[in-house]
Amino acid sequence: MKCRMATAALSLIGFFISLYLWLWKLGLMGPMVCVSGGCETVQLSQYAVMLGIPVALYGVLGFAGLFLVSITALQDRWVERREPTVLLFLLSSGGVAFAGYLTYLEAFKIHAWCQWCVTCAVLIVLIFLISVLALRSPSCLTFEV
Amino acid sequence: MAGRVNLRLFYAGLAVIALIGAGAIWMASSGARRAAVQILEAPVPVGTSTFPGFVIGSDSAPVEIVEYADFECPACAAFTILAGPDIKQRLVATGLVRWRFRGYPLHQQSLLPHHAARCAGEQGLFWEMHDLLMQQQREWITSRRQLGKFREYAQAGGVNLDDYDECMREGRYASQILATRDEIAGSVSATPTFDIGDVRLVGAQPFDTIAKYVRLAVDTSR
Repeated sequence: MKCRMATAALSLIGFFISLYLWLWKLGLMGPMVCVSGGCETVQLSQYAVMLGIPVALYGVLGFAGLFLVSITALQDRWVERREPTVLLFLLSSGGVAFAGYLTYLEAFKIHAWCQWCVTCAVLIVLIFLISVLALRSPSCLTFEV
Repeated sequence: MAGRVNLRLFYAGLAVIALIGAGAIWMASSGARRAAVQILEAPVPVGTSTFPGFVIGSDSAPVEIVEYADFECPACAAFTILAGPDIKQRLVATGLVRWRFRGYPLHQQSLLPHHAARCAGEQGLFWEMHDLLMQQQREWITSRRQLGKFREYAQAGGVNLDDYDECMREGRYASQILATRDEIAGSVSATPTFDIGDVRLVGAQPFDTIAKYVRLAVDTSR
């Protein structure tokens, strides 16, 4: 249970960060808030769109999916079952692979860092690690501390 | 029971996260809308040790637009590519507008392209270099040999490379570019920014918006 709460909270944070990046890409946000200075370079690079869809939208959908699975898994009907944990593990595994590829692009192709993208990458890695912990440790699925 | 209480607290925590996230996004978007058009209370000063910028257009044009832009800023490049040609043909070439470009290197790597443009500018070829730097922004930003790229653009723009190389080697305009940046930083916080008469527009603007405020400035000056 604790693990599913944690993945829900982390994926909700990731959802809003991705939503901000996507809305910026749509031109609705004005100048980007960016301490690292490279956010616009990354967001306007050729790698910011994949298969005709902004990469940030993949983030919005991915984090929304993780959030919904986490919340569903907290409901009485699913709380004792293992399937949501497996699904969280599979989704976050894909997310980690995707985030790893995007981080590689920032480091070696775009040569610029976007703080929001790095934050999303850290969030998905944390969600993945928690899902691994949930698979290995049943106590992570209970309320007891 | 304890579990239910925890779950309620947890949902309250999620609601707080959602409120903070939605609020931050709403503030960013509404702040951007508010900041897009401002009343210009005082023109940006031009000191004796700073550079007033490169100018294109007629001295007798009724409206002067001052653009504060950075060669490394993607919005500046987008503006130059999308609105630049119309502005040159329909506002500058018709004698309605005099366009002044003041370099404002806000980003990490942008001192060098501004310097390259100044070196081209001393040969009367600033605008050629300006257009190439903006159009090829993605290419040189991601290049590991930026100086070589700038030299290529200078050559493509018709710049005498011997003089250009000497200018770049000396860093002839470096201190003036930095002084100009510090001067502009006192009143301009984002690029591109456009001062048109008494109005300041912040962010890349479509041609129609620029033209609307030019008409307003012309009407006001009559």
